[in-house]
Amino acid sequence: MTAVLTDRAAVSEREVRAALGTVVDPELDEPITDLGFVRSVAVAGSGDGVHVEVHLRLPTSFCAPNFAWLMVSDASDAVSAVPGVGRVVVELDDHHDSELINRGLAAGLGYRGTFGHEAEESLDELRATFTRKAHTAAMERAVTALLRLDPAVDVAALTLGDLPAGEPTTEALLRRRAAVGLPLDPGAPVLVEADGTRPTHDAAAHFLRRARSVRISVDGNAHFCRGLLTTRYPGSEADQTPRPEDRPLIPLEVRS
Amino acid sequence: MYSKDGEQYYVVDAHIALWDARPENQRNIHGKQFIDCFYDYHRNLSPESETWGYEEYLYQGGERLMRDVFVDGIVDHAVFQPARLAEFYHRGFGQTEEAFALAQAHPDKLTYNHYWDPRDGENGLEKLRENAERMQLTGVKLYTADWHGESRGWKLTDPMAYRYFEVCRELGIRNIHIHKGPTIRPLDRDAFDVADVDHVATDFTDLNFVVEHVGLPRLEDFCWIATQEPNVYGGLAVAMPFIHTRPRYFAQIMGELLYWIGEDRILFSSDYALWTPKWLVERFVDFQIPEDMTEYAPITTAQRKKVLGLNAARLYDLQVPEHLRLPEADETQTGPRDPAAADLATV
Repeated sequence: MTAVLTDRAAVSEREVRAALGTVVDPELDEPITDLGFVRSVAVAGSGDGVHVEVHLRLPTSFCAPNFAWLMVSDASDAVSAVPGVGRVVVELDDHHDSELINRGLAAGLGYRGTFGHEAEESLDELRATFTRKAHTAAMERAVTALLRLDPAVDVAALTLGDLPAGEPTTEALLRRRAAVGLPLDPGAPVLVEADGTRPTHDAAAHFLRRARSVRISVDGNAHFCRGLLTTRYPGSEADQTPRPEDRPLIPLEVRS
Repeated sequence: MYSKDGEQYYVVDAHIALWDARPENQRNIHGKQFIDCFYDYHRNLSPESETWGYEEYLYQGGERLMRDVFVDGIVDHAVFQPARLAEFYHRGFGQTEEAFALAQAHPDKLTYNHYWDPRDGENGLEKLRENAERMQLTGVKLYTADWHGESRGWKLTDPMAYRYFEVCRELGIRNIHIHKGPTIRPLDRDAFDVADVDHVATDFTDLNFVVEHVGLPRLEDFCWIATQEPNVYGGLAVAMPFIHTRPRYFAQIMGELLYWIGEDRILFSSDYALWTPKWLVERFVDFQIPEDMTEYAPITTAQRKKVLGLNAARLYDLQVPEHLRLPEADETQTGPRDPAAADLATV
C-alpha cells in the first residue's frame, strides 16, 4: 500500500479510502474496504492535477465478471466524486477479465460497451436482487435474535416496535429497509418482502425459513470469500475488518 | 465400505475427476488461473495433513487416483464428472480416454460420465450418440460456464440444450449433473442462478438433475428450486470440506438441505482431486449439528448412510449388499421435507 503525498496535496489517502468505503460487494453486503479488496491507493500531484490510482483485487481470478464490473465502476465513481480529485484510474488486478474491464473503464465504455454481446441491459436488476437479499438476511437476523430470547414469540405479528431498539440487528434491518424503501415506523410489520408483500399468518414460519437460507448463503459466502482472499494474497488479513456486529448470529468459526 | 462404532457405511464418491493442468497442457493464462483457483480452494479448506504441494496438484494420473480415492477400502464406488475446458487446455481439463480406460479396467469401482455442450450443435448430438454407445453412459456432467469460441456460457433452457436432453432421455442417460459457474450470457443476470434447472426438471421429469456444489454460492436459490421438484438432487462437491474449517457453516448447509430436499436426495462427493474422500468420510460419520443450533434436528446415522452412498447407489443402480440398504424416508415429494424438526414448527 503506497501513498504519495506532496505538501500541497488537497486530497488525502484517508479521503479516498473513505470514498471507497461506500462501495459495497453486493453479494456479501459489505464494503470492499472491510473485505480487503482494496489493494493499493496512491494519491499524487496537487491543485487541479491531483491524480488518484486505486488497485482492487478479488478472492479468485474467476469471481463473476458482472460483480467485478459493479465494484470497479462504483469505486471509480466514488473516488471521482471526492472534492479536489482530478484524474482517476481504478484497475482490477489478476482477474480473468482484468484486461477487458480495465480497458473498458478507462475508455468510459460503460458496462454494455465493455462486454458487448455478452451484456443485454444494465446491471440494475442484478444490483436490485442483491439489495433485496441483503434486506431479507437482515430481517431474518433480527427475528431469529428475538426467537432465541423468546421461542414463543409470534413472528407473524411482529412489528418494528417489538424489536429491541438500538440493537445492532435492529439498526441493520432499519438501514436495509430504508435502502429498499420500506416503512420505518414502529407499527410496520417486520416479516415482509422488499416489495411490501407479506406472508399470511400460516405461511410465516415457511417465509422465515426461506429468509434463513438467504442469510446463511450471504454469511457463508462472505466467510469463504474473505478466507480465499487471504489464501491468494498472503498478508491481506491485515487489510480486512471483521464482519460487523450487526451479524452476530451463529458466528462461523474458522479453523486452519 | 467404512465401519465405525458397529455401523457400516456403503460409500459412493459421486464426483471425481482425472485432470491434467500441467503447464504443457495450458492453452493460455486462463488455464493457470483456473487450476490456481482450485488450488486456493484446496489450501483454504484442507486440514494441514491433507494439503498437497502445487506440483502434485496439477496432475495425478490413474494409478495415484486409484490409491487416493480407494485407500483403506473406504470408498466402494466413484463417478467421474469431467469438465472439458477446451478453451483453457490443449487436451481439455478432464482426461477423457485415461479416465474412461480406468473405468473399463475397474467397472465395479468406477463409472465414467461424459459431458456435452449444446454449442457443438448437430455434430455434438452425433458425438453424444457415439459416446453413449462406446462409453455406456448413464450420466453426464454439464458445465454451463464453459467457454466456447466467443461464447462464455449457456443455459439449460437453450433450445439446442433441449435437443440434447431429448437424446439423453432416448439413450437412457438419466443422471444429469449440473455445475454452475461465473460466466454466462447475459452477464447482467446472476450467472449462479439455478432457475433454469427448475424449467428442465419440470420438462424432463424422467431425468435426475444433480446440482453440484448444492448451488453454492446460491444455496438459497438451489433449496427453493429443489424443494419444488422431486427429480432435483444436491451434490455436496465443494460443500463437504467446509466440515473442517467451517463446521458451523457446514452444519447450516446440511440443516437447510435436510429441511428443504430431505435425506434421500443429497449426494456425498470429495470432488477429487480438489480433496480426497477418506478424511471427508471419516469427518462426516463423526459429524453432528452443534447443540446450540436449535433450529435443526440432529443428523441421524441413517441419514449419514444415505448421504454417503445409498442415495447415489440408487441413481446409478449400484449393487449395495442387502444388509446395508435402507428404505427411502416417508417424506413428501415436494415442499419442506421435515418441517417438524424446525425451531419454527410451533410458530
